[in-house]
Amino acid sequence: MKLVTAIIKPFKLDEVREALSAIGVQGITVTEVKGFGRQKGHTELYRGAEYVVDFLPKVKIEAAIKSEMLDQAIEAIEKSASTGKIGDGKIFVFELSQVIRIRTGETGAEAL
Amino acid sequence: MKRLIALLALFGACSLAAPVIAQDKPAASAAEAKPAEAKPAEAKPAESATAAPAAVTAAAAPAATATPAPVPNKGDTAWMIVATVLVILMTIPGLALFYGGLVRTKNMLSVLMQVFVTFCLISVLWVFYGYSIAFTEGNAFFGGFSRLFLAGMNADSTAATFSKGVVIPEYIYVAFQLTFAAITPCLIVGAFAERVKFSAVLLFMALWFTFAYLPIAHMVWYWPGPDGFTDAAAADKATATAGWLFQKGALDFAGGTVVHINAGIAALVGAYVIGKRIGYNKEAMTPHSLTLTMVGASLLWVGWFGFNVGSNLEATGTAAMVFVNTLVATAAAALSWLFFENMFKGRPSMLGAASGAVAGLVAITPACGFVGPMGAIALGLIAGAVCLWGVSGLKRMLGADDSLDVFGVHGVGGTIGALGTAVFAAPSLGGVGIYDYVANKTAPDYSIMSQLMIQGTGVITTIIWSGVVAFIAYKIVDMVIGLRVPEEEEREGLDVTSHGETAYHA
Repeated sequence: MKLVTAIIKPFKLDEVREALSAIGVQGITVTEVKGFGRQKGHTELYRGAEYVVDFLPKVKIEAAIKSEMLDQAIEAIEKSASTGKIGDGKIFVFELSQVIRIRTGETGAEAL
Repeated sequence: MKRLIALLALFGACSLAAPVIAQDKPAASAAEAKPAEAKPAEAKPAESATAAPAAVTAAAAPAATATPAPVPNKGDTAWMIVATVLVILMTIPGLALFYGGLVRTKNMLSVLMQVFVTFCLISVLWVFYGYSIAFTEGNAFFGGFSRLFLAGMNADSTAATFSKGVVIPEYIYVAFQLTFAAITPCLIVGAFAERVKFSAVLLFMALWFTFAYLPIAHMVWYWPGPDGFTDAAAADKATATAGWLFQKGALDFAGGTVVHINAGIAALVGAYVIGKRIGYNKEAMTPHSLTLTMVGASLLWVGWFGFNVGSNLEATGTAAMVFVNTLVATAAAALSWLFFENMFKGRPSMLGAASGAVAGLVAITPACGFVGPMGAIALGLIAGAVCLWGVSGLKRMLGADDSLDVFGVHGVGGTIGALGTAVFAAPSLGGVGIYDYVANKTAPDYSIMSQLMIQGTGVITTIIWSGVVAFIAYKIVDMVIGLRVPEEEEREGLDVTSHGETAYHA
């Protein structure tokens, strides 16, 4: 099993969710985050005071999937989250050692 | 002294003045033309139809001696009650929200509290002794103690207006002037926001109100009312009892010197004495809610109609002119601020629009009863541009952390307004000139330069007086209770550390 974490542009969230549902991903967790990458921040000006805002708002999605779905999932996220412009985000893939469904106690792939 | 001006200000004690009123009622109402009114006969719509014919005969008649004391007009009284409520709206919530939106989340409640409680404190001090010292006869700098605790006042007491024989209930005059006295110290709060000790604010406000606001208000606004101005000699005698700047002929319709320059200087001195916020120019100190700031600025604008139009003290044609001036000067200043902001900083901002509007309101305040609408727009355009510089270029030069730009907007805008009044009050520039209460018409000679000198005297007097009083008051407060909160409290935010609350719960 794999844990796929992707940082995407906030307005791409719906498209990414639909793309993942279409390939059979059963659930994702979404968090609003801030961060910086190669995309530059912006400056804000309040009367005479100028502030550089480095951290831009992004959305982080996490999905636990079966290992054999990984390529499909990555492709789905890549396609749906892409605008071709700087700041589209990144996908991180982790090994997932165990999953437990709390309600039933099922474990492993059964619990996904 | 020949130059008699219609300024805003009067006083109570009309029961004392009543015997002096040496004109019968029809004559008075016909001759009551406000400084702004070109045609004296149209002064009061309700009465002009009947009063005008009477005036023809009555005006020439010698002053009668035994006339009944004038009774307030219900329309004037109703308007003054509404105007007073509007000025309260300016302060709480208007100014509080305008300032509150500009600070960081952790200090939101502290700013709301400082404005709210200052308003409460000054309200009480005003009726205890403030009104008496500002608006009763004393010397040229301080009034007397005849109205301490509103002594001798009842529902029948009246206060003079700018029209002969026209009065308003003294209670509403007290309340109207109370709101001015209360909002002025509240303006200063913006200069030391986010680091000041709450108890220090209250002590400072009481001191500054007593030794700066009251004398300046007395100097600029106190006069015995127009009824005594029957001839040149009587006029000189009446003028001699007025405040120092009033005697000089300084024009300040609704408080450019008394309110805005006064508060602006005290704010600047405060920013220097208290020192910069921790992390100033290093950490981001962004406004936490420009939405609330816009709400506050809009409430200020709405309330300002009470402030400026109410300063006319009567519901007349001049009041309507003041209304238009207050409307268009503000709009022009917001546009001007945004134009230059867009030109020099790249984008027109919501904060710029709100700040520009407030700058325009400040600048038109002293001028609103003396200039025409086009003069008001010109004044607004100038104020928008110069106050933008006041909060950026000038602020950097001064090097003080005047956190919410009280000086840049109110000090600078007030000065533009006070000096601009001299220029745009000129009849040749669409203004209404100066009203001569002896001749009962607008004085024919108006000199921009000589009026500018008088206005300059008013500005400099206010700057020095308020600045010195503020400096001493801050030092006293610093010695007695300390001005600043400890560093860790400042970092944590004043809401939790000073008030035990948080403004927002996620």
